[in-house]
Amino acid sequence: MLVYIGKRLLRSLISLFIIIVVVFCLLRMMPIEGYFPSFDKMTPLQVENGLRKMGLLDPVPVQLFNFFKQLLRGDLGTSMRYRQNYSITKIIANKAPFSIRFGMIAVGISIPLGLGLGVLMARKKGGLWDKFGTVYIVIMQAVPAALYYLFLQLYGTQALNISLLYNPDKLETMILPLISLALPSVAYYAMWMRRYAVDESNKDYIKLARAKGVPGAVIWFRHVFRNAVVPIVQLIPNSLLLTLAGSIYVESLYSIPGMGGLMVDVIKRQDNTMVQALVIVFAVLTIVGLLLGDIFMALVDPRISLTRKAEAR
Amino acid sequence: MSKYSHAQKKVEAAADGALSALERYKIIITTGAGAIAPDDLSAEQAAAVPVELFSPAVHDAAEAERTASNDYSYWRSTLRMFMKNPVAVISMATVLLIVLFTLVQPILPGQMDANKINNNPETGLQIINRRPDGVFWFGTNSIGQDLWARIWSGTRTSLFIGLTVAVLQALIGITMGMLWGYVRKLDFLFTEIYNVLNNIPTTILLILASYIMRPSVRTIIIAMSLTSWIVLARFIRNLVMIIRDQDFNLASRCLGSGLRKVILRNLLPQMVSVIMLRMALSIPDAIGMEVFLTYIGLGVPVETPSLGNLINSGRILMMSPSLRYQLIFPAVVLSIITICFYLIGNAFADAADPKNHQ
Repeated sequence: MLVYIGKRLLRSLISLFIIIVVVFCLLRMMPIEGYFPSFDKMTPLQVENGLRKMGLLDPVPVQLFNFFKQLLRGDLGTSMRYRQNYSITKIIANKAPFSIRFGMIAVGISIPLGLGLGVLMARKKGGLWDKFGTVYIVIMQAVPAALYYLFLQLYGTQALNISLLYNPDKLETMILPLISLALPSVAYYAMWMRRYAVDESNKDYIKLARAKGVPGAVIWFRHVFRNAVVPIVQLIPNSLLLTLAGSIYVESLYSIPGMGGLMVDVIKRQDNTMVQALVIVFAVLTIVGLLLGDIFMALVDPRISLTRKAEAR
Repeated sequence: MSKYSHAQKKVEAAADGALSALERYKIIITTGAGAIAPDDLSAEQAAAVPVELFSPAVHDAAEAERTASNDYSYWRSTLRMFMKNPVAVISMATVLLIVLFTLVQPILPGQMDANKINNNPETGLQIINRRPDGVFWFGTNSIGQDLWARIWSGTRTSLFIGLTVAVLQALIGITMGMLWGYVRKLDFLFTEIYNVLNNIPTTILLILASYIMRPSVRTIIIAMSLTSWIVLARFIRNLVMIIRDQDFNLASRCLGSGLRKVILRNLLPQMVSVIMLRMALSIPDAIGMEVFLTYIGLGVPVETPSLGNLINSGRILMMSPSLRYQLIFPAVVLSIITICFYLIGNAFADAADPKNHQ
């Protein structure tokens, strides 16, 4: 187990290194006006001096080396346009708690609802719940989230008679962003839960259990659910970690001062250093999430031998 | 079974002398029941068969080795399965109608130009925010452009983006997937590319690509094709690796199937369902992404109407109920298109899977 985690960690580090290099090189192609707070008023000479001062005229490998040194100190650089000369780490530290709070509650709501709906759908295939759930999943999967978020905001705020935007002092303004966050993930969990549960319930050992008279509820919760939930468990750490990244769309729709909205803001203001820092933060989170997912899955299902799996790769 | 017993009955009738010898012979030969039939003939009957009816068969070594394959047609079975699903057929018809209509709409009589600002002929003022009526079927927008024309023009743009991304993704994905699966030396390289692309959230990559390039239809297509092929390539790679060593493929190759037949009959049918599913689902994805990119300001320029642009301008006006039609019309059209493609994709994936063919 420890050997596996060590190997897996190493792999993640290699991937991470490659990703940072790729993103860094890609971002060298960003429009240069994104490095200066007031580009329009500057002469070409000033621009050149400014770029040199930031080390942007050095060869790319040198820049990369400096950037890694900076990263190891836990420094993501300073913002240029969004908040001039303000440390990006501090900006993130201010924003992240909002995203985490919304994300955690949404994940907390959607996992039980999604898994429950999935089991309900699988238990009576072709029944009322299954039909209802299928329509719901199709809509969530097919229609762009951008669209139903918008209508939810439009009609939800009217129905509840609350303000359009999030207000930290009014708890009721949290309801709609939370529903928005939960709707697609409930569908997502339900879809996978249904699929795995149907597969599981067709297996021979379930037939045997039924034949020897084990009550339906026991079969479903002790056997089918326990086995079907394993592959889904793998998704949970990632979705928890990604709450830190926030939902770009929901946060900017409701003006929640979180990380997702921040991403849109810095793009609109063309703040290159911030775009770079945020992309790297999001990538790191995903990698750590996938790593934790694999480890977590091994803990839930004792049959999965990770060392063997690692060799099989 | 029924064919055989019918043939046998005819052979028996022939043996009873109810038919002429020639007819009898023809029946025996054509029904393939010759092996049993001669024994049923009595000695005189057999002697009565004219000798000139027989000619020696030419021995052909290649012909003798040739094995028969059944008349199972993959595409016909797929089509039949697909047609059995009423939801899929309705979705398909809807999509075809919409695609056809967006193509012919500009040349229909009485259509307005999507970018023309309509002025009132009497006052010379722009006809802004006119609610749907007989002239402007879907009303006009905040600068007096005809929403009906803009929606169909926008649907054209969005469908173009979606279809192009789907085709590009399939082409790149299949080629790369085949290479990945067949050329073992490339496996490490491709796996590393996969890890990198899979580890950065797609939205972030898209945003990054659109941020670096200038906003245009081309940018969106490139940005989306950049990442989406890898998932398909990985599917293809896994399938190639699984199928090429499977017994049925081995057997088929031993029995003399050429490379063409191996690829077309053994490999491709197993992959078609995955390829079509990915292609069909990437269309609603691409359309949705376009809406998203437009929302964060990295979408298609406003002069090119697209469903994303229309929804975004509708969103700005949505707080006044009387102008809400400007959001609802494009939203409904977009939802119909994306849901239909999603349903078609899933139904086709089921129908195209050879395991579901009887």
